[in-house]
Amino acid sequence: MKHVSEYRDAELVKGVIEEIRRTVTRPWTLMEICGGQTHAIVRHGIDQLLPSEIELVHGPGCPVCVTPLELIDKALTIASCPDVIFCSYGDMLRVPGSHADLFSVKAQGGEVRVVYSPLDAVKIAQENPDKQIVFFAIGFETTAPPNVMSVLQAQRLGLTNYSILVSHVRVPPAIRAILSSPHNRVQGFLLAGHVNAVMGYWEYPPLAEEFKVPMAVTGFEPLDIVQGILTTVQLLEAGKIGVANAYSRAVSFEGNIPAQRTIEKVFMECDRKWRGIGMIPMSGWCLRPEFDSFNAEKRFEVESIRADESPLCIAGQILQGMKKPHNCPAFRKECSPENPLGATMVSSEGACAAYYRYGRVEIKQSVTS
Amino acid sequence: MNEETVNIEGAVCAPPLSHNEQIVMGHGAGGRMSHQLIQRAFLPAFKNPALQVGDDAALVDAGLCQQLSISTDSHVVWPLFFPGGDIGRLAVCGTVNDVAMLGAKPLYLTAGFILEEGLQMETLQRVIASMHDAAEEARVQIVAGDTKVVQKGKADGLYITTAGVGVVRAGYAVSGANAKAGDAVILSGPVGDHGMAVLGARGELGFQSSIQSDIAPLNHLIEAMLDASRNIHVLRDPTRGGLATTLNEITMQSNIGIMLDEKTIPVRPEVGAACEMLGFDPLYVANEGKLVAMVAHEDADAVLTAMRATRYGEEAVIIGKVTSEPRERVLLKTALGTTRVVDMLAGEMLPRIC
Repeated sequence: MKHVSEYRDAELVKGVIEEIRRTVTRPWTLMEICGGQTHAIVRHGIDQLLPSEIELVHGPGCPVCVTPLELIDKALTIASCPDVIFCSYGDMLRVPGSHADLFSVKAQGGEVRVVYSPLDAVKIAQENPDKQIVFFAIGFETTAPPNVMSVLQAQRLGLTNYSILVSHVRVPPAIRAILSSPHNRVQGFLLAGHVNAVMGYWEYPPLAEEFKVPMAVTGFEPLDIVQGILTTVQLLEAGKIGVANAYSRAVSFEGNIPAQRTIEKVFMECDRKWRGIGMIPMSGWCLRPEFDSFNAEKRFEVESIRADESPLCIAGQILQGMKKPHNCPAFRKECSPENPLGATMVSSEGACAAYYRYGRVEIKQSVTS
Repeated sequence: MNEETVNIEGAVCAPPLSHNEQIVMGHGAGGRMSHQLIQRAFLPAFKNPALQVGDDAALVDAGLCQQLSISTDSHVVWPLFFPGGDIGRLAVCGTVNDVAMLGAKPLYLTAGFILEEGLQMETLQRVIASMHDAAEEARVQIVAGDTKVVQKGKADGLYITTAGVGVVRAGYAVSGANAKAGDAVILSGPVGDHGMAVLGARGELGFQSSIQSDIAPLNHLIEAMLDASRNIHVLRDPTRGGLATTLNEITMQSNIGIMLDEKTIPVRPEVGAACEMLGFDPLYVANEGKLVAMVAHEDADAVLTAMRATRYGEEAVIIGKVTSEPRERVLLKTALGTTRVVDMLAGEMLPRIC
């Protein structure tokens, strides 16, 4: 962990914070796109260190949070089928569907397994030829390579009992949606470094130009995050527009080209509903028709399942950076991690969960030092 | 995106699922869901003063001249054997530690076995031998037991329930309800070893790991601490739910707050790395051979010295202090000098680790 500890060095972080203080002359609103960054910011208290001119709002970059209700319902239907082993990342188990969550399905005898990689699910498929193995393939661009690899691997192995339920989303259309909104107040973006490690950042300069906002490719450790903030503030203060790379140790302009080609072989762009936001055109990935046999929606005939989301929480406004979690009247009352109203409270990357867990609201009231 | 789709004033989330109707794994994870289950299901039914204190053991006055500490613990860990321990050692140490945490000397245990049809006799023998060794180390005797066999598929090899009784040292009042503002918070060693060792044994880490469980009987360590100070207010072993959950329980029982210093909380590098890769926070990972103590500030150094002279307390450190405000809150000063809340574990993190 030596490599990581250097990026958590308090003195180095404070040095960058000082530089931000010297640079900033007026208020700026920045959005960190990725939920992983939101958690790092709140967990390390980076927002407490920033000058008051800088406001961070939390973006929609939590794959668990934005997975639409009807896909959860489809997952629940599939997981309840006999002879199915439903494999998922752990966080998805608690996300409420219309009437249940995967935990309840498990408690009623459905076979739901937590895996850390879709390749583990492929292995389970090999070991259980008499069962149908379904992997819940959620995520942004970051998790796309392993998810498509699992399909190619299953194809290579000739497995007929493996399929994936795809809920993939992409960052650039989400940024476009946020910037197009008449309510938008985001002036600069911290881009999701792990997404850029795969995709590079060639997709972003046209967005920056069109909407006249600067962006910085940003990592996830405290030093990376403050460096991303400094870079964005420098661009804003200088009146410059463009995309800077503040995470060059992991990200190149082109990104991981073999990974991008592999994704393209298996996935194609499609319209996708985002929970709490709505339909964003061409914002998702789905399986190409030639991979239909690996498409769990088709295999289990759940394509027709539709679900309407009910008006109980403000996750949508939070995911778009319009409101903070503690602005929600249900926060810490009706809504908590063990009794989540919305996905932003469920996921370990969700903004509400971060605010709840790290007590962002009451800290300012209770800590006088 | 058009105006219609950004109209998020209305709909977004699904209605809440409260898991009040059936048991889910989270009810057994030792976090807030377990807490709620106890509050709603068990406490109202069994209401009595000893139970209501909320410690891991009960302090009872059996009409004798000494007070007794009584506790019980069921063990369902899978796999049965893992680096650093097994279900047998766990079953002995778990109860020994719970009994000892009231400042008691554990003396006798009972053990109930639920065996699954088809369990290899050799496996059972290994578990029994391990229980023998652990009991010898803790200097307790297993004086009664029970065995039941269930049909294949109705259990996962072997479950063990142990109960224990010990004698509370006279003149001491050790309880999760006795923390006092100003107390030093002492941790007996690095956190997270047990949970990550069990995960490693399941092959769920996805990489080779050298992490060993820390399972140990802590009664000798506690004896040394009691010898060093009469002002030990709280002793608690942070098992399921980890250090974070245990400290939160104590803030509620004692109606106090706790301020931790992140830099002082020890985590072995390999445990930290494994947690980092899997997205776990070591503060929430189970321990089976660690204790946290709240000790009067003036006695902290003496207690620390006594702890470090024992086998399971060599790495003891002060990690924070008890505060009067904010009540029922654990705060943590981060390495960056900022402050955040350390909350309880909500539901399930790792299934069946003890």
